[in-house]
Amino acid sequence: MGYFELIIACIFVNNILLAQFLGNCPFLGTSKKMETAMGMSMAVIFVMVLAGAITWIVYTYILVRYDLVYLRTIAFIVVIASLVQFVEMFLKKSIPALYAGLGIFLPLITTNCAVMGACVLNVDKEYTFVQALVASFAYAVGFGLALVLFAGVRERILLARVPKPLQDTSIGLVTAGIIALAFYTFKGMV
Amino acid sequence: MIEALLFMLSIGVVCGAVLSIASKVFYVYEDPRISEIEGLTAAANCGGCGYTGCGAAAAAVVEGEAAPSVCVVAGTEAAIGIAAVMGLDPGTAEPLKSINECLGGNRADDKFTYMGIPSCRGMDALYGGKRVCSVGCIGFGDCVKACKFDAICIASNGYPEIDESKCVGCGACETACPKNIIQVKTMSERLLHFNQEDDALAPCRQTCPAEIDIPQYIRQIKNHDYAGAVNTIRERNPFLLSCGRVCPHPCEDVCRRGVEDEAVSINQLKRFAADYEMNSGQHLPISCAPDTGKRVAVIGGGPAGLSCAYFLRRLGHSVMLFDMMPRLGGMIRYGIPEYRLPKKVLEWEIDGILNLGIETRTNVKLGEDFDLSSLVAAGYDAIFLGIGAWKDYSLRIDGENLDGCYTGIDFLTTFATTQQGDGNKHIPIGCKCVVIGGGNTAIDCVRTLVRLGAEEVTIVYRRTRKEMPANRVEIEAAEHEGVKFHFLAAPNRVMGDENGKATGLEYLKMELGEPDDSGRRRPVPIEGSETVLDIDMLITAIGQGPDIAFKEKEEGRRFADLQTTRWDTIDSADPETLQTNIPYIFTCGDAATGASLVVEGIGGGRRAARSIHLYLTGQPVKPVPNSIFERNIPGTIFDSVEGIHQKPRARMPEMPVAERIKTFEEADLVLQEKDALKESERCLDCCRICYNKDAA
Repeated sequence: MGYFELIIACIFVNNILLAQFLGNCPFLGTSKKMETAMGMSMAVIFVMVLAGAITWIVYTYILVRYDLVYLRTIAFIVVIASLVQFVEMFLKKSIPALYAGLGIFLPLITTNCAVMGACVLNVDKEYTFVQALVASFAYAVGFGLALVLFAGVRERILLARVPKPLQDTSIGLVTAGIIALAFYTFKGMV
Repeated sequence: MIEALLFMLSIGVVCGAVLSIASKVFYVYEDPRISEIEGLTAAANCGGCGYTGCGAAAAAVVEGEAAPSVCVVAGTEAAIGIAAVMGLDPGTAEPLKSINECLGGNRADDKFTYMGIPSCRGMDALYGGKRVCSVGCIGFGDCVKACKFDAICIASNGYPEIDESKCVGCGACETACPKNIIQVKTMSERLLHFNQEDDALAPCRQTCPAEIDIPQYIRQIKNHDYAGAVNTIRERNPFLLSCGRVCPHPCEDVCRRGVEDEAVSINQLKRFAADYEMNSGQHLPISCAPDTGKRVAVIGGGPAGLSCAYFLRRLGHSVMLFDMMPRLGGMIRYGIPEYRLPKKVLEWEIDGILNLGIETRTNVKLGEDFDLSSLVAAGYDAIFLGIGAWKDYSLRIDGENLDGCYTGIDFLTTFATTQQGDGNKHIPIGCKCVVIGGGNTAIDCVRTLVRLGAEEVTIVYRRTRKEMPANRVEIEAAEHEGVKFHFLAAPNRVMGDENGKATGLEYLKMELGEPDDSGRRRPVPIEGSETVLDIDMLITAIGQGPDIAFKEKEEGRRFADLQTTRWDTIDSADPETLQTNIPYIFTCGDAATGASLVVEGIGGGRRAARSIHLYLTGQPVKPVPNSIFERNIPGTIFDSVEGIHQKPRARMPEMPVAERIKTFEEADLVLQEKDALKESERCLDCCRICYNKDAA
């Protein structure tokens, strides 16, 4: 499979939010405002690529080699959490501008299931290191795309007259379902 | 098993080590107070304060760029906590609240069909929006999008509706609105707003001397929100029960419905809302700004003084009210008779005002029991003179001091004092009573005399009925009650018998000549037309002015400089600021204008409160910019109004004449709820150039 197909598959066909249904929490929580959604997307791209890389290394060179694959979940959690903390500290000292932009979103995705899911999918599908990097990036772009689309729709829903029982999260979930249906058309492309 | 344990242990050690080293290497010194303050904020990262996140706001506080009250969500307690961390005074910040100022406009014609993006700002870029109304709300909800606290939604009527409990006053909506309809203000700013030329004001609202938001309260009545209507009126006028009864409603004269139909019965609707509150038995809560620690002495407990005290108190100043009479209310208690404004209604209203925390001293008179110097010595930061107009003008004719001759205010006051049980000076009521004058005081006198059992009551006035300054309805009511009118008659002298008792009034017949300064035709006496009218009681009610006897006692002291006019009124160089030539003395009401309307005094009270507030807070005391004080916005008074279907105005229920002339019980009654609702439907919802003709 070429990188192009891999990217298309990860962004659209297997979109992490709308096809895999991972990361529902930030999907609903940070999609009320376009600005927040953008910030969140950037932070996810940043963290997912880093996490994808480091977990691939941990999996391939430690877990597989020493026959400890059953510790995958817990090992990934510890690694990702430490990584995000590390990155936060690093950014704060070295790139304060980037920290100011991503600052409040980084802790939110410390143990986000979308990040975790992307890492697990990478090793499940037995990608090479480069493939894993590309796939992680594409998953994150897919996450951002879906989140931004959804935030755009939700901003307009605010202005619509939604019946009382359906307001806020309820209409959000209905909308998410419809957007997911739209993404369903990508099925079978790759 | 062992491998797993070893692995987890080592991964833990590695992560721990890396993070520890990183903490050391990447350590950034941060003032510990920043995290402490951040902990005190709401941690919502809402951006309402204008900083990017709570951390940034906390840093700004530490650097001294932001005030301790920076967090708009966390409220006062957090501000006090933050101030404690910083060792500062939290200040007495008054909360800001968002308000939608647009009252109408959805029925204004469309200029074009709009198919673009649903954004107010976008549509505003095209010729200022699609509606003819230049001030109206566009309704796409840019404010809703801007609000980070879900405090605004577009209500079913298509206008933004603000949930005050959620609003934190961050101002995002105000910035987002291209039409300046959403405004974020403190309560004080709202109370101190005066009509300006670029406001969207219906003619009635422009004309009301108290500047009450009339279309708003009528709409609230229409929506059955009677408490809301009461609150709307009370933003501008604390005397809604009294005004609802006695106001001659200049607003109704300019009502746009009145151009083609009968005007909306604005004042009866006000009375309906006011009576609703009173009949509920509970005063609606009124909020006050945090205490400022400034003290103001208000002299005169009439409508002007009480109104000024009410607004000053709501602005957070402490107020001490002095009055010469045993009870508060001034002319509306002692001048307006019981049948027009029952004392228990007035009592209830004044209680509501005093409940705000206004201190009172009654039975003390300026110039006798205290003077201006003693107030300065007592440490008051400003003085308000609302002493009213209590001195009757005299006729300056022979015999006017004979037995049986009284003056209007003196008669009404003495009677009211005795009626309330504060005195026992009974005035003997004659059989043939004559009242000289054509104003409201004269009418109050004759209607009181009728009720006291006088057999024949006559008004003698030197001009004609058309020139009478009294309220039209009052003149008619007096007529119904059997009062006779002698027009074009100028009293010449009062004749008495050997005991010094008045027995007759000689008058000259008059004819109308050229118009004078006031636009009324000047009466000219006809030579040799002396006629004598048999009387045994005479009341002179030809006008009244302020009693400034206190000034004589100031002779040679610094308050002797207080300027007064030749009509004995206190001179405020600018009738808009109401500041006298002594900067900390302010005035308004009858004391400044001469005898005038109650609502004039109430509006003036708020105006004076604004000036006093500016003075006390160290700001220059200047008139409101672009003010429309005593005039209308050009082009807003129409000659014709299209599309009105005639609907009769609600009739005021009255007590039958035969009953009411025997009693001092209230003669005018309140509208029934269904009539009030019907009347509220007659309002055209005028804004500035748009009006709701469909609903008419």
